[in-house]
Amino acid sequence: MKNSAFCLLTAAAVIVIFAVAMLTLANDYFFFAGYVVLQYIVLATAWNVLGGYTGYINFGTAGFFAIGAYSSVVLHKLWGPPIPLLIVVGGVLSGLVGLGMGVLTLRLRGVFFAIGTLALAIVVQTFVTNWDFVGGSRGVYIIRPATAPLLGNYIHYLFLVMLALAGFAIALARCVEHSTLGFGLAAVRDDEQAAEAAGVPTLKLKLISTTLSGALMGMAGAPLPYYVTYLDPTSGFNLAYAVNSIAMPLIGGMTSWVGPLLGAIFLGTIQQAATVTISSSLNLLLVGVLLVLFVVVAPNGLIGLWRPRRRAREGS
Amino acid sequence: MFTELLLNAIVSGIVLGGFYAAVSVGLAISFGMLDIGNLAHPAFVILGAFCVYVLNQRWGIDPLIGAILITPFFFVLGAGLYGIYHYSFERRGEEGLRGLAFFFGILFITEVALILGFGVDYRFVQASYIDATLHIGFVDLAWRTLVPCIAAFAMIGALQLFMSRTYIGRAILAVSQDSLALRLMSINPSRVKLIAFSLSLATAAIAGALLIIIQPVEPSIGRDYIGRVFAIVVLGGMGSFPGMLCAAILLGVAESLTATFYGPSWAPAVSFGILLLTLALRPAGILGRA
Repeated sequence: MKNSAFCLLTAAAVIVIFAVAMLTLANDYFFFAGYVVLQYIVLATAWNVLGGYTGYINFGTAGFFAIGAYSSVVLHKLWGPPIPLLIVVGGVLSGLVGLGMGVLTLRLRGVFFAIGTLALAIVVQTFVTNWDFVGGSRGVYIIRPATAPLLGNYIHYLFLVMLALAGFAIALARCVEHSTLGFGLAAVRDDEQAAEAAGVPTLKLKLISTTLSGALMGMAGAPLPYYVTYLDPTSGFNLAYAVNSIAMPLIGGMTSWVGPLLGAIFLGTIQQAATVTISSSLNLLLVGVLLVLFVVVAPNGLIGLWRPRRRAREGS
Repeated sequence: MFTELLLNAIVSGIVLGGFYAAVSVGLAISFGMLDIGNLAHPAFVILGAFCVYVLNQRWGIDPLIGAILITPFFFVLGAGLYGIYHYSFERRGEEGLRGLAFFFGILFITEVALILGFGVDYRFVQASYIDATLHIGFVDLAWRTLVPCIAAFAMIGALQLFMSRTYIGRAILAVSQDSLALRLMSINPSRVKLIAFSLSLATAAIAGALLIIIQPVEPSIGRDYIGRVFAIVVLGGMGSFPGMLCAAILLGVAESLTATFYGPSWAPAVSFGILLLTLALRPAGILGRA
């Protein structure tokens, strides 16, 4: 399928899903829960653009996500622009930080890069914690407008925004994957030195990849203050975002855009169900256990479980 | 007044650094020598702290004796963990990405399990030396930081002797330098690594006991130590004990000065900032070989 056709198809899917959701879901809770799952689709896809395609592990998802969220807080306090604009600003800011992270890849590979991203997230967190304008460690309350544009109901509006963003992220990931950029990134993943020797502009590709990945994470975070209405550094920079955004692509499968999507839907839904029915700390335990289990037992994720079987069938 | 404050901050920083070295020494073995990026190391330190807490609460066992009691269990735990790690990642040559994700998952499981078991309250232990303070001139030193520092130096000294004098210790050093050559000497590197990794977890148990002597512990404070221990190990030149000790003291003093003059809420940025700078500017560390 051509990339342009895929983008159109994603747009159509977004519209259909939203229409179906509006017609069938009477209870607003499903929109709240759906928002979180969609947010994880964006985060997992964003993580995979770097982690899955190039093999550089980012432990700092929470940092990028919170940069998006806190840029919204700042803009909200200054002037209160509409959410789509906040998403653009959040995306640009965390994209710039992503570019900075890309520069780190010049010197750092493997574990060192991963630790570096974690360090980056914590340094940003310390700055936000000590920044009084955005509430510091006390946190900040965001009073959202009584009515939302277009739809009236605010949570429906947020759901639509996040759904569109998820569609955008998936379309972007798929476009990257099926382009020279994607092939170059795969070459970096398989053997960076060989890629360099073969004339692949590895640094340029890695910078594009880290910037895109960071920007998407920031975009996912931008509507967060309006969703939670109270934001403090501990929740904004929660390590759960980092764990989830790594666990979801790993559980789904990292080589294509389908993996993070599957993983986010699977893990996100389980977590929402577990939070409601059992307890919210148990659902984090679940993520950890599933992550370890999949890494050990099914290293290629859900897709990997299905693919060998298909291959065997085609072979026979 | 200022010099007094400065001197106190430096001395308590040095003492704190000694303790940081105890937390980092396990990682210096696993990450510095064996190339196993054990992100979960701080989580095991917290686990050790909680084990010591239970022993102290139930039977009134002194934390230091409790530490010695639990080290064998941590040694076995380390052996099991390395077994899984070796079987599923090292053998397949996938230790990079998946191995890291594995330890990240373990970190999370340990932390959440502790939260489920003990809640998020701060826990502390009782011992005779915890509430006393030592006065030397105008420098005040709490025994609760001095005892862990002394214990840390003793542990690191013992480990250094073990590494340089015993057969197994030398084998561990050999693995860290050239595991292929070790194979040619008909020694199985993964067996040596198993012992070394188990040893690194055993040090986590002791470091946990020292931690809960110094300050009350709650499950999620392990995260603060991720940056510290990796900063110390990288800065110390990956697996060199003297280098690690210097780095730990440097970090302890830097954090102590920051906390004294700018407030404790800036302290996390110090360790992670130093780590970022080290990684960006001098990845070989201060006493590094490269």
